[in-house]
Amino acid sequence: MKRTLLMFIAPTALFLLSPLVLNPYWVDVLNNVGLYAILGLSLNLIVGHAGLFNLGHAAFYAVGAYTAAVLNTRFHVPVLWLLPLCALSSGIFAAVIARPIIHLRGDYLCIVTIGVGEIVRIALLNNVFGITGGVNGIVGIDRPSVFGIAIRNPHEFFYLIWGFAAITVFFFHRLENSRFGRALNYLREDEVAAEGSGINVAHYKLACFILGAAWAGMAGDIFAAKMTVISPESFSFWESVLMFTLIILGGSGSIPGVILGAFLITGLPEVFREFANARLLVFGAAMVVMMIFRTGGILPPRPRTYPDIDAPVGEGRP
Amino acid sequence: MEVFLQQLTNGLAVGSIYALIALGYTMVYGVLKLINFAHGDLFTIGSYLGLTLLTSLALTGRLGALAGILCLALMVMGLVALIGALLERTAYRPLRQSPRLSAVVSALGASIFLQNAVMLIYGARFQVYPHDILPKMPLDLFGLYIPLVKVLVLVAALVMMMALYLFIQKTKLGTAIRAAAIDQGAARLMGIDVDRVILIVFLIGPALGGVAGLMVGLLYGQINFTMGWVYGLKAFTAAILGGIGNIPGAMVGGILLGVIEALGAAYLSIAWKDAIAFCVLIGILIVRPTGLLGERVAEKV
Repeated sequence: MKRTLLMFIAPTALFLLSPLVLNPYWVDVLNNVGLYAILGLSLNLIVGHAGLFNLGHAAFYAVGAYTAAVLNTRFHVPVLWLLPLCALSSGIFAAVIARPIIHLRGDYLCIVTIGVGEIVRIALLNNVFGITGGVNGIVGIDRPSVFGIAIRNPHEFFYLIWGFAAITVFFFHRLENSRFGRALNYLREDEVAAEGSGINVAHYKLACFILGAAWAGMAGDIFAAKMTVISPESFSFWESVLMFTLIILGGSGSIPGVILGAFLITGLPEVFREFANARLLVFGAAMVVMMIFRTGGILPPRPRTYPDIDAPVGEGRP
Repeated sequence: MEVFLQQLTNGLAVGSIYALIALGYTMVYGVLKLINFAHGDLFTIGSYLGLTLLTSLALTGRLGALAGILCLALMVMGLVALIGALLERTAYRPLRQSPRLSAVVSALGASIFLQNAVMLIYGARFQVYPHDILPKMPLDLFGLYIPLVKVLVLVAALVMMMALYLFIQKTKLGTAIRAAAIDQGAARLMGIDVDRVILIVFLIGPALGGVAGLMVGLLYGQINFTMGWVYGLKAFTAAILGGIGNIPGAMVGGILLGVIEALGAAYLSIAWKDAIAFCVLIGILIVRPTGLLGERVAEKV
């Protein structure tokens, strides 16, 4: 037990100290990895745990980012105060969208979410309600500040983003092992059996969809604060595909898998700069190969373990 | 009125292209119950292969415009059908027994792979079809001028759809395809080689998709490596609109979607043109998931 704890703490400490030795460029790469990890974890709840194919996650990310951008540039609300509001707007948007389509079968849901993602992108491009700024997007979003300390350079953002990623990991880890998480896994494996055991399938599907979308909205807020400029091209279909691919490659339903996936998706193209054009080609081929030879991804989730039922009360039994 | 008729002919031309692509989706869905995400990219490949063959072989110069185009179309159909069959062997056959969602992910991966392969081979920029292939004389229909190429696209698409319909309804192989679509196990027991049926479906669908790509090149003159998934999504919408798994449904749905989109672009807003198809898709899945003439896709809540 002590050794596994050490094996966990040592790399984490090394990782947290890494900005001290890395140059700003590589710290920024790590920041992008962090953002994708947060997005991946939020989508993992929907795709990995509930088995709902969502290929329009960038839409919820966009709603969060634009909520932050509009409220910050017009009313000068500090960006970090907007986190709950971004979650709320993305969540409400997801609820409105998902309520009528959540009962669709897997691949149809996938197509509809692609459609939703595209509609949102086209709406942003067309300057919907006159507030999204069309093709140019919104400029001049404030930098965030924590307890009066303004966060400006990549090193400072590193701790903000990975701090939020740590909260995300903790939250989704707790959720995974809760009644809610078990219900999602159950309905992913067998919807009819889940329904028969008294799980309100539509309710759980909707709840996890909204929760994942709300979390993506918060990631959007952080993204807007980091870039200070956002435009529709940041929320294209390929963004959704990247989030989806990192889950499938890393291991759907597994938190370490998703984080590994985020490193692979954003980190590898940086390492192999000269092959940057071919990265999607490689990801596509990897998806096919992965499905044929290793359906669970690189780090599939460990099967759930339960305390021994036959053991007498008091020995590992709650 | 003239705007209306002009847009109607535009809609019919693009709709017949959607219908041709939609046939590929609907046939594969009918037999395998799989959305072949890579189908849109086979369409793109058809378009690019058409351009390459057109410029390198100069068929239209040697054989005359119509015979040249016909010959070109046959070559594109053959090549894309081959790629389709290859795709089925590598990406889908090993997953025949796996859960449906693994096959969907594999299809997505294949789509991403093909699209980027086209980008790496031909470059990311728009490619332009030579615009002097077909004579520029417009047909005069009751005072309405329609370019010859639009009429050709519509007629060719209708001929191919009729041929496919007769093939599916009247021949022995067509009967086998219908049988495999209804119940694979039972079809196997009746002595139908289901693997062969699937292979044939993956030859016909991509052939039609590939020739649709050629048509888009001739009609609009500009092609791009990402166009496959926009056309693919719209064609899939068309397939759902008509009722997925249903061959006449895909034809009706394609032409209907083309007309809705063209009229919407003319009377509502051209900037929202691409969103119209997706709104139709969401609307139809909410209101009538079976499509106009098709199978049930949604589960009860």
